[in-house]
Amino acid sequence: MRARTLPLSRQRSGGGKPIARKALAIAAVVSLGTGLLAGCADDGGDDSDSSSGGGEGKTTITLGLFGTMGFKEAGLYDEYEKLNPDINIEENVVERNENYYPALLNHLTTNSGLQDVQAVEVGNIAEIVATQSAKLEDLSKASGVNKADWLEWKWQQATTKDGQTIGLGTDIGPMAICYRKDLFEKAGLPTDREEVAKLWAGDWAKLVEVGEQYKKKAPKGTTFMDSPGGLLNAILSSEEERFYDADGEVIYKTNPAVKNAFDLAAKAAEDGLVGAQTQFQPAWDQTIANNKFAAISCPPWMLGYIKGKSQPDAAGKWDVAVPPKAGNWGGSFLTVPKSGKNVEEAKKLVAWLTAPEQQVKLFEVQGSFPSAQAAYEDKAVTGAKNDMTGDAPIGQIFAEAAKQIPVQIIGPKDQIIGQGLGDNGVILVAKGKSPKEAWETATKTIDNNLDK
Amino acid sequence: MATRHDTAALPVKGGAAPGRPPAGSSADKDERRRAKLSRRWQRDARWSPYAFVSPFFLLFAAFGLFPLLYTGWASLHQVELTAPTDMNWVGLRNYTRIFDDDFFWNAAQNTLTIGIISTVPQLMMAMGIAHILNYKLRGSTFYRVAMLAPYATSIAAATLVFVLLYGRDYGMINWALDFVGVDPIAWQDDKWAGQFAVSTIIIWRWTGYNALIYLAAMQAIPQDLYESAALDGASRWKQFIHVTLPSLRPTILFTVVVSTIGASQVFGEPLLFDPNKSASGGGEHQFQTLGLYLYEQGWVNQHLGRASAIAWTMFAILIVIGIINHVISRRLRASS
Repeated sequence: MRARTLPLSRQRSGGGKPIARKALAIAAVVSLGTGLLAGCADDGGDDSDSSSGGGEGKTTITLGLFGTMGFKEAGLYDEYEKLNPDINIEENVVERNENYYPALLNHLTTNSGLQDVQAVEVGNIAEIVATQSAKLEDLSKASGVNKADWLEWKWQQATTKDGQTIGLGTDIGPMAICYRKDLFEKAGLPTDREEVAKLWAGDWAKLVEVGEQYKKKAPKGTTFMDSPGGLLNAILSSEEERFYDADGEVIYKTNPAVKNAFDLAAKAAEDGLVGAQTQFQPAWDQTIANNKFAAISCPPWMLGYIKGKSQPDAAGKWDVAVPPKAGNWGGSFLTVPKSGKNVEEAKKLVAWLTAPEQQVKLFEVQGSFPSAQAAYEDKAVTGAKNDMTGDAPIGQIFAEAAKQIPVQIIGPKDQIIGQGLGDNGVILVAKGKSPKEAWETATKTIDNNLDK
Repeated sequence: MATRHDTAALPVKGGAAPGRPPAGSSADKDERRRAKLSRRWQRDARWSPYAFVSPFFLLFAAFGLFPLLYTGWASLHQVELTAPTDMNWVGLRNYTRIFDDDFFWNAAQNTLTIGIISTVPQLMMAMGIAHILNYKLRGSTFYRVAMLAPYATSIAAATLVFVLLYGRDYGMINWALDFVGVDPIAWQDDKWAGQFAVSTIIIWRWTGYNALIYLAAMQAIPQDLYESAALDGASRWKQFIHVTLPSLRPTILFTVVVSTIGASQVFGEPLLFDPNKSASGGGEHQFQTLGLYLYEQGWVNQHLGRASAIAWTMFAILIVIGIINHVISRRLRASS
């Protein structure tokens, strides 16, 4: 069948001037091609159409967020829309930051497809500050923004070397140690949060020693802490200098603070003081549900996570103690891209959303701890309680921890390095490799990932 | 084809009577007009096919050829996602470093093993299913459509269901294994368990598709071949071995090639199989395929230059596989 009819072009004998034909063909290709390209180029426009539209002459401000930041849940959009009747707010949420962030970078470098407001996670803020600050508005001079409201280090994290502040802090994650009172009691350890804090005050090595004590009389099937990665992360987040030095050089391999933290976490893993788990894996969730560990490094948001994974009878069995050294884990910023359609309105919205009063409301509903130190005196914070920790004054404990968080030097690839040390490092020790092997695997993975 | 207007128009021009009509300016003009029209028709017939096929080629140029060439250009540079226009010429360094990049070779090995574990059983099962469907069955259309259903399911949806099935603590598969006295398997943590699990997703998705292709080819085999084989006393099994399989040889080759290409590009299944480790394909890269490693370098580690070099190396590997396949198929054809 196929061969019997010749294609049309083969059947004809000749005719037509070659140049005219060529011209026609080119014209056809060009016209179709421009149509195609125009189709591509329209994409960016479509997004901005929706942000400037809004039926009755309202201005629509769009926010690009990740995870659950809670602005909507806390009713902040409704409140702002009520205060500003000509504003309409829409959010566009990507579940996981690891999917959100590459797209954001892509949009920033091409200056298209950006929302009026874009959230940035603390793990990425150094990279955004270092590479994308030219594309973002300086928010330090926006109306209603008062630098003194924020914790010094939070403000600095989003500030470039030449003094532009391109992101305003929303929440932070001051870390404490959450522990199970019932398991501590069974293991013969004190349960009062003051006494517990005294056991390890000032030194992470003491915390591991408490772990050794716990192990001697540990209830069957339980470990002292949840995971080697969690412990390592906690120790590292309390260091002022860890993966980068002040000049922006990668020093994680030679920094004794990093090696000590790694060795300490590896020792805890070798001695079986931590579960052989990786945090946020389903199997790790199970260890929460089944009460398999007695202590965990926990920022305020972790309490919410624990609550979500626990059996109902675990409520009230937890308590919160001051950690050996204060550190920060998590938190976000809001930025305003310069190429947005409603830059001025977006700046106003960001200033409002990150103001202390709104941060308090967010804390009440979502448990996101305020980065505005002005909020720490607020009754909603000082009187805060949590189902999991009974009547422990968690607001006061976390506020105290927040004030002691060091001004840490952060770098663009902190996330890759931290993840490598945990997921490709100390976890291997818990699974039977030697600390030396684990360190080699971790550094090899990290170096490969960092190498441009 | 006889009604093409340029040829069909010709007799009209001269009319029934040959020879020129009396010379007159109006007739002359008329003839010129006709010639012009005819030329336009010719042009139309000659060039419109190109216009009709052009959408594909324009799309291909924009989304296939351009990215391909640009990737090649980028692979010779140090490029970061944070500044894609900021390129630093590094020559072939991105390629030479692949030779001692353990992670690349680990991914290559995983791609190969997952490819074998998934493709071989898949094609064998497809053959068996096609053979069964080739018999006269009640409701055969239903079975054929059902075979194709997994193919029409999105990879993401299918993988998420399989992740639930393969859960360590609450997965149905471990629950079933428990009944027969096997200890629960950590499908996401163990190398071979992980690769096996990822392969089953691929097998589930593609077996029906290949079965239908085999079925179509089986139905094209002339019935008399079977009749004469039956007259010679060949059993059903012998008929399958000596009549069906040889007749399917080109089809089998086709499916092998398509499956090999597919296997070398496996991406979605391992990406979603361990949602927490995603791009690294398990905590220790147990089931990270080349496609996944490329993605990790480009989008997680943000090294677009390195990712481009990996893409081109994969392309080169595919070409080598294509050549090997070509040689084998020529040998096979020569021997038959």
